[in-house]
Amino acid sequence: METKKSKTSSILYHSFIIGFGFLMLYPILWMAASSLKPEHEIFLNAASLLPSDFRWENYAQGWQGFGRYGFDLFFKNSMIVTTLSVVGALFSSSLVAFAFARLKFKFQGILFACLLATVMLPMQVTLIPQYILFHNLGWVNTFLPLVVPAFIGGSPFFIFLMVQFIRGIPRELDEAAIIDGCSWYGVFWYVILPLCKPALVTVMIFQFMWTWDDFLSPLIYLQNTNLYTVALGLRAFSDPDNLTAWGPLIAMSTLSLIPQFILFLFCQKYLVKGIATTGIK
Amino acid sequence: MKSELGNPQSLQNTFNKNAKKRDLKQNLVALSFLSPWLIGFIGFVIGPMIYSFYLSFTNYNMLTAPQWVGLDNYIRIFTNDQLFIQSMKVTLIFVLISVPLKLIFALFVAMLMNMGHRGSGIYTLIYYVPSIIGGSVAIAVIWRQIFGRDGALNHVLAWFGIEGYNWFSHPDYALWVLIILVVWQFGSPMVIFLAGLRQIPGELYEAASVDGAGRVRKFFNITLPLLTPVIFFNLIFQMINGFMTFTQAFLITEGGPVNRTLFYALYLYREAFTNFRMGYASALAWVLLVVIAIVTFIIFKSSKKWVYYESEGGKS
Repeated sequence: METKKSKTSSILYHSFIIGFGFLMLYPILWMAASSLKPEHEIFLNAASLLPSDFRWENYAQGWQGFGRYGFDLFFKNSMIVTTLSVVGALFSSSLVAFAFARLKFKFQGILFACLLATVMLPMQVTLIPQYILFHNLGWVNTFLPLVVPAFIGGSPFFIFLMVQFIRGIPRELDEAAIIDGCSWYGVFWYVILPLCKPALVTVMIFQFMWTWDDFLSPLIYLQNTNLYTVALGLRAFSDPDNLTAWGPLIAMSTLSLIPQFILFLFCQKYLVKGIATTGIK
Repeated sequence: MKSELGNPQSLQNTFNKNAKKRDLKQNLVALSFLSPWLIGFIGFVIGPMIYSFYLSFTNYNMLTAPQWVGLDNYIRIFTNDQLFIQSMKVTLIFVLISVPLKLIFALFVAMLMNMGHRGSGIYTLIYYVPSIIGGSVAIAVIWRQIFGRDGALNHVLAWFGIEGYNWFSHPDYALWVLIILVVWQFGSPMVIFLAGLRQIPGELYEAASVDGAGRVRKFFNITLPLLTPVIFFNLIFQMINGFMTFTQAFLITEGGPVNRTLFYALYLYREAFTNFRMGYASALAWVLLVVIAIVTFIIFKSSKKWVYYESEGGKS
């Protein structure tokens, strides 16, 4: 490995990967840099990644939002929706996956096939009737349509992921617990759930990322500006009617990605493993 | 349990007697665990699907009751709807170009990551970043800027004396702006390819080296055939995702210019939530489902020819 030839090839390799990676990250770096640029520089020096001097005004100005609504409100809304969705996804996926992975019951095969089929089902098919349903329930312009589906297994992906994971836990553990007089509920709570931590973290990360990013559901269900999530707020902010300046818009765009970045940095180990085992988007 | 072990007969009897009771009990326990998903599946998937199928034979604007029109919606879709043809065409072109590009890219980078150089873990993460945030409104904002008239891309092109366009509002390039955005998010197929590559036994390559096979031959005779199950998996998932593309087209190009980026999902959204033609939009949704089902079926059928399963001899 330490020959001259491998050394040059190693240098070539790393410079290629870094150069290519830079190109990949360029739009993100550009965004972060432009959020600190004075307004005129964003277009004058469009391609550059270095602001001539650092300005935080864009953030202060952007945070005010538009009309009476500031980004503090949008962030709060997004946090509420995302947190509840994450709790819902953890709740439903762990319970349901336990049944599929550990219990024997009637129609198990058919039900599991149904679960897998819904993984592939394009959401457009249920979008309209679900909207009509939520409309009739009076849930439009509340957070309920964004949150309740998570509690009732709205993401079959996660159930599937958890089933795969629980199947990997040795059955002897629950058998031992049952002999000791533990009920299935006890097995779930005291034996399986604590061992599922890596899978639960994966579910949490993905649900967080998706809900935080989600645009279509808030777009359909939230029409009052005071309910807007960050995604909707940002879109309204970028609307030509509201748009006062690019600087604050880019600053708020950057800010909107920070929660995802933080989660990504802290949990990347689980994230990459989760994709590799289940292939979720 | 232990006291009965001495007498197999009595054990068998108790076992049979208890079996039924235990089955029932376990069914109830299972039901309680399954109930969140069962409620969701019946109330939010099956029920809505049946309702949507019914709606597709009606006119419904959510103000007056649905009006039965028979097959009219479907007849109009297939005989008298330019936008249906346009949106289906745009979506198919988009899927046909973006999915293979994305997979080739993902495989290429995954192979680079699998060469055993130091630091590949960190590189993998860096390449994955676009995939987490690519669907966000923030990236749509940035994309509009970068590919805009005064954007970063045109500034770079200007160094070479090329004058660019407002790329996302140019009829010939708008779709490409979106394709680039989607291909840019090759992170998850890359990670899946990487997992697949790590499963290929190193001895195969060593044996091939002994036989004097070069890199290209090793790639086509070992790597590619053994990866076909992973390629198949990625292909199906990316294809379905491609058909459902909505957000970025909605935000960046708004379907334009002249409907050149009118994705199917976008057209469906407009019919349902701008024009409130819920019946017609439901019919569009069912057509989409059937198209995706057909394409999936074709890929599944063809997979017998090109996907390598270890039990059979490999065909590549």
